[in-house]
Amino acid sequence: MIETRGLRKSFRSRAGRETKTVDAVRGVDLTVTEGEIFGFLGPNGAGKTTTLRMLATLIEPDGGEATVAGADLLKDPAEVRRRIGYVAQGGSTWDESTAREELVLQARMYGIGRAEANRRATRSLDAFQLSDYADRKCKTYSGGQRRRVEIALGIIHEPRIVFLDEPTTGLDPQSRAHMWDEIRRLRADGMTVFITTHYLDEADALCDRIAIMDNGEVVAEGTPTDLKREISGDVVLVGLDVATTPRAAELLDSEPYVNKLETADEGGVRLYVDEGATAIPQILRRIDHAGLELTSIELHRPSLDDVFLTKTGRSLRES
Amino acid sequence: MKLARDTWLIFERQLQLLLRNPVWVFVGIFQPVMYLLLFAPLLKPALNAPTQAEAYKIFVPGLLVLLAIFGGLFQGFGLIAELRAGVIERSRVTPISRLALLLGRSLRDVVSLLVQAVIITLLALLFDLRVFIGDLLLAYLLLALIALMTSAVSYGVALKVKSEDALAPLMNTVAQPVLLLSGILLPLTFAPGWLQGVANWNPFSWAVDGTRALFAGDLGDDKVWQGLAIIAVLAAAGVFWAARQFARSVR
Repeated sequence: MIETRGLRKSFRSRAGRETKTVDAVRGVDLTVTEGEIFGFLGPNGAGKTTTLRMLATLIEPDGGEATVAGADLLKDPAEVRRRIGYVAQGGSTWDESTAREELVLQARMYGIGRAEANRRATRSLDAFQLSDYADRKCKTYSGGQRRRVEIALGIIHEPRIVFLDEPTTGLDPQSRAHMWDEIRRLRADGMTVFITTHYLDEADALCDRIAIMDNGEVVAEGTPTDLKREISGDVVLVGLDVATTPRAAELLDSEPYVNKLETADEGGVRLYVDEGATAIPQILRRIDHAGLELTSIELHRPSLDDVFLTKTGRSLRES
Repeated sequence: MKLARDTWLIFERQLQLLLRNPVWVFVGIFQPVMYLLLFAPLLKPALNAPTQAEAYKIFVPGLLVLLAIFGGLFQGFGLIAELRAGVIERSRVTPISRLALLLGRSLRDVVSLLVQAVIITLLALLFDLRVFIGDLLLAYLLLALIALMTSAVSYGVALKVKSEDALAPLMNTVAQPVLLLSGILLPLTFAPGWLQGVANWNPFSWAVDGTRALFAGDLGDDKVWQGLAIIAVLAAAGVFWAARQFARSVR
């Protein structure tokens, strides 16, 4: 459904007299297959939105190639535009208009006739459970309702693929869960959904496949399960005070079941092991044997954050 | 065909939103009405006009051009609000014509200007202004072209600067000399030579002269076709430039 090779974009920004070139996206290769929910995970400023806006024809790539919904992005952006839907991050509804007016207008901007546009608006209001407030002004809607209107606007022309830029940012937990259901419903209807998110749990729970983006590049791509399996096994966090950490790290690093070890600045070590349940007793024994004091021990199933950490050396929570 | 349909679509939407809040049409004519009531009575003695009606024949055309210039130039503010709400981006992902995104909006502005112009003209009639209807309609055409140009330019600039804070001083800086150099308040026949020389380079000065000639009933006056031609060319250029801004990447 989407195939990109070396897609890139840089922006020139002026700070005072100096002109700086910022490479926002530096060569992205992606493959998104039909009917999946594909997630773009990464911290703010990683280049997710820029990539999405390129794929949605809103900004022109500097280089690379891409096919979106069967049309060539660089040679025939107009055709791409007809085949895709796009929902921006910052909202797209006008305070003084009603949801119904917005939907009819959007359908008509896609070239659909008036009668059909009205029918589609009604159907869409039903599907997104917006019928009760269809004729109220958008400014009276809650955040969740407004977001649903925006998604409805993005797919009013029944595209084969829809791009959702951070669809759940700023929503309360309940609206967020509701939005996930809506997105799964789109997939059930046969649509390919491409979302960006900086929420780990969202990428994990909602997406069939994800690409992790950092600093303008895709650093990992795969299903959440595969990516987590790739960093092999479990993570054990051993709490120690700063003074004993180096000694403990030295001891544990030589243990055969420890695949990888990282020390934390504030004390403690992070161990990557194949099987946490069998490693913990051995870790305890080793520490105890050396006469060192241990403040806590925790077992983590690896998360996407661990994947991000292994790939970039930083935690997504920090960045 | 597609352009006409798309333009109508945007025009219809914009007009609907305007009619939902028609108070803006009246806010727009508040200032000109104040000029008409509180400034114009000074003109008969100041211009040495034989009658009040003669003074109005000179002043009202200028006032209408003023209305068209300012009404258009400040439309960009509405567009910045739309940009911020994401409405423009939402339009730009659809295949709708980029020229239509501009024209639909500017035509709404032209219609709202013409409504204002009619109100001002009717008020002036109460003060004994008399003008032949054919000349008046041609004057309205000139006003429509001015509003089309100024609103298009205002939209184009709004898309470039993207913030009200930048747009307001910019528009004021442009509007002030344009206003003073067009002989809107007093005819430039009173101006010293150098000032007239500068004013000759101001297209709006030609527009004001043309409109005055029409109000005076001099359809054959060269100033009429000159004013129309200059403004028509500039309006086309303004629309062309602003439509390109809509086609470019805008956030």
